[in-house]
Amino acid sequence: MSERENILGRIREALKVGALVPGLHGHGQPASASPLSSPRQWLPKVGDSFDEQLALFAKNAAELKADFQLFKSADEARQAINSLRDKEKWQRVGGHSGDLTDAICPTLNLPLLRTDRPYDVHELEACDAGISECDALIAQTGTVLVTNRSAGGRALSVLPPHHVVLARRDQLVADLPAAFALLQQRYATNYPSMISFITGPSRTGDIERIMVLGAHGPKKLTIICF
Amino acid sequence: MSFVSQFKAQAQVMTGDLRHRKFIRRALRNYETVRDARKASFQDWPGARQRAAETKWQAVNHLDQHLEQFAAKLESRGTKVHWATTAAQAREIILKIVHDKQAKSVIKSKAMTSEEIHLNDALEHAGLNVVESDLGELIVQLRKETPYHIVFPSMHLTRDEISELFQRELGAAATNDPEELTMIARRALRKKYLTADIGITGANFAIAETGMISITENEGNARLTAALPKTMISLLGIEKVLPRMDDLALFLPLLATMGTGQQLTCYNTLYSGPRQPGETDGPEEWHVVLLDNHRTELLADAEQRDALHCIRCGACLNVCPIFRNVGGHTYGTTYSGPIGSVITPHLRGLQEWKHLSSASSLCGACTETCPVKIDLHHHLLQNRRNAAKQKPSFGEQTAFKLFAFAANRPTLWNFGMTMARIFQPLQGAVKGSMLDPAKAWTKTRDLPPIAPESFKAWWRNRK
Repeated sequence: MSERENILGRIREALKVGALVPGLHGHGQPASASPLSSPRQWLPKVGDSFDEQLALFAKNAAELKADFQLFKSADEARQAINSLRDKEKWQRVGGHSGDLTDAICPTLNLPLLRTDRPYDVHELEACDAGISECDALIAQTGTVLVTNRSAGGRALSVLPPHHVVLARRDQLVADLPAAFALLQQRYATNYPSMISFITGPSRTGDIERIMVLGAHGPKKLTIICF
Repeated sequence: MSFVSQFKAQAQVMTGDLRHRKFIRRALRNYETVRDARKASFQDWPGARQRAAETKWQAVNHLDQHLEQFAAKLESRGTKVHWATTAAQAREIILKIVHDKQAKSVIKSKAMTSEEIHLNDALEHAGLNVVESDLGELIVQLRKETPYHIVFPSMHLTRDEISELFQRELGAAATNDPEELTMIARRALRKKYLTADIGITGANFAIAETGMISITENEGNARLTAALPKTMISLLGIEKVLPRMDDLALFLPLLATMGTGQQLTCYNTLYSGPRQPGETDGPEEWHVVLLDNHRTELLADAEQRDALHCIRCGACLNVCPIFRNVGGHTYGTTYSGPIGSVITPHLRGLQEWKHLSSASSLCGACTETCPVKIDLHHHLLQNRRNAAKQKPSFGEQTAFKLFAFAANRPTLWNFGMTMARIFQPLQGAVKGSMLDPAKAWTKTRDLPPIAPESFKAWWRNRK
């Protein structure tokens, strides 16, 4: 018999004796037996209107030390990314092809390493910034939701020292349940092999519990939304 | 030395180390503040806990179905799933993959299961270069220590100790600035990511519905480990399952709130396969190793089955007065604190590890804080009961028999009490020494004086 069958056999044997559901004192059925109930009712509150949600995202991003920049037009976004380039003296950036990146990146006038086709990771490591799109912005937590399909692979959003996210205003969703619903709706038949919830720039507290940004991932996270 | 005498000796040293106790208290003070603020931001924290407990109950009490679904989904997308009953089997599986790939170097992101099976020793023994990429794990690896805490592996060390370590082991310049120390580790590990042949990760959750693992981290080291090496191996306990992907909408903030006091940690990443057609990076091969290692025995104990609900947030360690005083290394186990004291006897032998269930004040702080409502302090009592039932202690049984004999004979009892009143003052002279029959108690405590008159005598003589 294979180990798989051994383990499953032992599990079935063990489960012949039932265990009590915690917190119900021996009565009733677990509520989660119903897949329809959503955890939204317990999670932190998110405002109903778009403006409230946008304000909440901005507040969370600030707390996380992410740089959230909101613009009215693609032109303003282009100016913003150009000023980042000048300020940080970018020589080379990583990126991928997409509606937003194609509209914004050419203005940088810099060599662009495309990670949505075969590329060399050493070259990406030498890039000053990684510029990607995303699947959604989550107001409740200040999170950027990316997949390797929407954001130029697995490494672009984590290897260069600065991750710049380009997003449209209508990509803002209210909360985590909404983000998972969006993933299901968009990818249920064929999920990307990596889905990542990015909440602020990389950090660590492993030395005397003091927070330091840029442990192994990006030291900076800039979200340009227009 | 037996595990129990080791524990007692180490606990005595640590409880007397006031510097350590103060340092740990200070390190946890900020955690307590932010954790409480996060809990308060939930619309209904008790409701969230109850829901989480019930979801984990569903997962664990239908574990066979969920594991089959999880494995089938993973395999359908080209992931190789391995099953290991013992720690030795898990090590063999991983060593075989490493040999097949003719690998020379391994980069690891934090995985307590790998500590549990002593994977690093096995890999190093096989001649591989193994590097931990989580900063805290790297620090304890360089010190040749085990993690002090399941979430904060290096929380017992000061910046000066870490600086000294980096100077010695990494040839770094002297600095006691946490930021500079972090950057030293960042630079040292960059090359390792780019050249490692194999990346090894753990997992925080295994999603049955979609065949995904979820990894929670702050540093980005797991993201890099799962992006750059050509072969990826993930080692996880069979109890990690959650039924549905959207269960994470609750479990990710729950874990972050209780683990570190964050709303969400920086990176929460779902992996559902190796590099798929049309994808440009990520591992070409992905192996998932499902580890039993006595978990099915804990599953068979219906009374304590909920201990498998644990999401390893470490919250029970942080609130435990025993952990805070004796420290993480004293336990001598992979999993320390209340959850470690509950599960270690199941994973490694009840008689050898029952002493951990007695090292408890039974205050219940662990049960109260647990986000998935594991009945921790009652499980400690059950471990004590089970251990005594399995192997009664001769000394204790004899003591209680003698007590019962005397207590049932008033003349003998009264005579004994009179003698005790006469001789108790002499006890002061030998208190705590080898000559003191109550040494174990009186070494650190005073024996209260026996009342000059018994209640019965007082009642008889009252006016």
